[in-house]
Amino acid sequence: MSDDTQIGGPSGRFPPTRWSAIVAARGDDPAERTRAFETIVAAYWKPVYKYIRARWGKTNEDAKDLTQEFFARVMEKGFLDSYDPAKSRLRTFLRTCVDGFVANQDKAARRIKRGGDAVLMSLDFQTAEGELARSEPPAPGTMEEFFEKEWIRNLFSLALERLRAECEARGKAIHFRLFELYDLEGERKSRLTYEHLAREFGLAVTDITNHLAFARREFRRITLATLREMTANEEEFRREARTLLGVDPE
Amino acid sequence: MKWLSDRTVERLRVAAQAPDLAGTRYRLISHIARGGMGAVWLAEDTALGRRVALKILDVPDASGELAARLLREARILARLEHPGIVPIHDVGTLADRRVFYTMKFVEGRRLDQHLEHVRSLPDRLRLFQRICEPVAFAHVRGVLHRDLKPENIMVGPFGEVLVMDWGLAKILHDPAETASAAAPEPTPSAEESSASTRLPVSPVLPSVDASQPQTGHGVVLGTPGYMAPEQARGEVKRLDERADVFALGAILRFLLTPDAARDATIAPSPVRASSESAARPEAAGSAVPRALAAVCAKAMSPDPNGRYASVQELAADLSNYLDGLAVSAYPEGLFGKLARLFARHRTAVLLVLGYLLMRLLLLAWQRR
Repeated sequence: MSDDTQIGGPSGRFPPTRWSAIVAARGDDPAERTRAFETIVAAYWKPVYKYIRARWGKTNEDAKDLTQEFFARVMEKGFLDSYDPAKSRLRTFLRTCVDGFVANQDKAARRIKRGGDAVLMSLDFQTAEGELARSEPPAPGTMEEFFEKEWIRNLFSLALERLRAECEARGKAIHFRLFELYDLEGERKSRLTYEHLAREFGLAVTDITNHLAFARREFRRITLATLREMTANEEEFRREARTLLGVDPE
Repeated sequence: MKWLSDRTVERLRVAAQAPDLAGTRYRLISHIARGGMGAVWLAEDTALGRRVALKILDVPDASGELAARLLREARILARLEHPGIVPIHDVGTLADRRVFYTMKFVEGRRLDQHLEHVRSLPDRLRLFQRICEPVAFAHVRGVLHRDLKPENIMVGPFGEVLVMDWGLAKILHDPAETASAAAPEPTPSAEESSASTRLPVSPVLPSVDASQPQTGHGVVLGTPGYMAPEQARGEVKRLDERADVFALGAILRFLLTPDAARDATIAPSPVRASSESAARPEAAGSAVPRALAAVCAKAMSPDPNGRYASVQELAADLSNYLDGLAVSAYPEGLFGKLARLFARHRTAVLLVLGYLLMRLLLLAWQRR
């Protein structure tokens, strides 16, 4: 974690369940706005970076600059003020904004700005670039799906990190470890059984299933809490939850 | 932050979706289907050693609206004990606060998938009659289905028909209340405490009154092509048994002309639903008998007053047709009546005609 983004990344701070970064980002409280902005950046910077690389064919250096500048604009220019959850999802809105932003960027102006006094965020582009290299390049015409997929991947990553932190804080590191072994490391799943885990950890099989059930339940709760931060209202939250959990809301 | 492969993302999705059945008598087996507000999973009831279908909300809803709707569906199912309606076994709330209920696991095919195995017209009509039976029963019990369509009809391996998905059902009246006070209904709290004895995880169920209509006037719920026009217009207070009669008419049309019926369901417009020509199967150029086309058109009349007043009336007309009798929806001319009588008594008529012909031939031979 230490080499990952320092902005909005997982930390010991867990927002109240009903807190919405979208609402807070449009509020009057500067501290809340900053916190909301950090949350949005944490959830979206990787999908945006990868999208700029894949959709616009930018070099990694240009994509880094564009990602930095895009989120700076989101914060400074109040992009989110024009977001209407009744009309679209936040990620659709942001993707459209990215398209407009990149299309309108003047390279020379960007260079000037790069050397200016813009505050750069600490984002781990190297990791994002490595992840991009490990993924299948998206086919032309599937950029929307690509962005959604990367958004889900990032959201799950954030939720997993929060789950790990929570489990460790509550003395349940073994629960997370079991979850990691059984549910995450799919390649091993075919030969991994509850009995195998029970022997490996010196626990009863019922303990294994209970620990796994706990971890799954917490993962679901944290995922939905993370998602709720990214949505403006209950209806949008429901729609996105359905998408995230594999249901097409259309 | 660890990178998650596509496969891991999918595994996490499943982990997040799967109901947490720890502490219950159920063991999760696999995912079956997904509906409007919840998912259905196959599970094993370990206490009884049988497979059940477990329906659960997809997301925890802060307002409790969806949970109330699911519970309401469960309680409606509980009051509809009929061989054609899937029986409910249990209801409760899981450790993750999601409401669920379990019901009989129906192994079979949806009507739209089953149809290719039912070739003859009489077989299809008899299948339709079996669909009418549970719907008519529900009406007697004061319940409208409001979402009858081929996808919500299951046909079991022995030909048994089950009407599924009562999530949009509307309570018209409570027959227990109107009958007498001799057998008092259990109070909601009594029902809840009864349910709680079977719920080891979380006995607290949201309070819900199954008799209360949950849909506001002006809200459109249903499926285009199968919704009555008044339902498509959101006239919830106007809905009665005839809304389901309309849907049954649409199902009949589907049984008679599946392809044409599928086309008719594409446009989600009450205007289409109100078009009488769209309701007539023969409009699609099919070889549907006129009497059956008339039955279909009457069931799907845009005006509720033009439809059969009840499902029993519709089923009775179908029985008449199958028995070669006149149907109320189709006024016959003399030729039509003769043709029907001929078709009904074909053997007798042919015997008589044969006899008369023989007599004529015999007479002619004697005169020579």
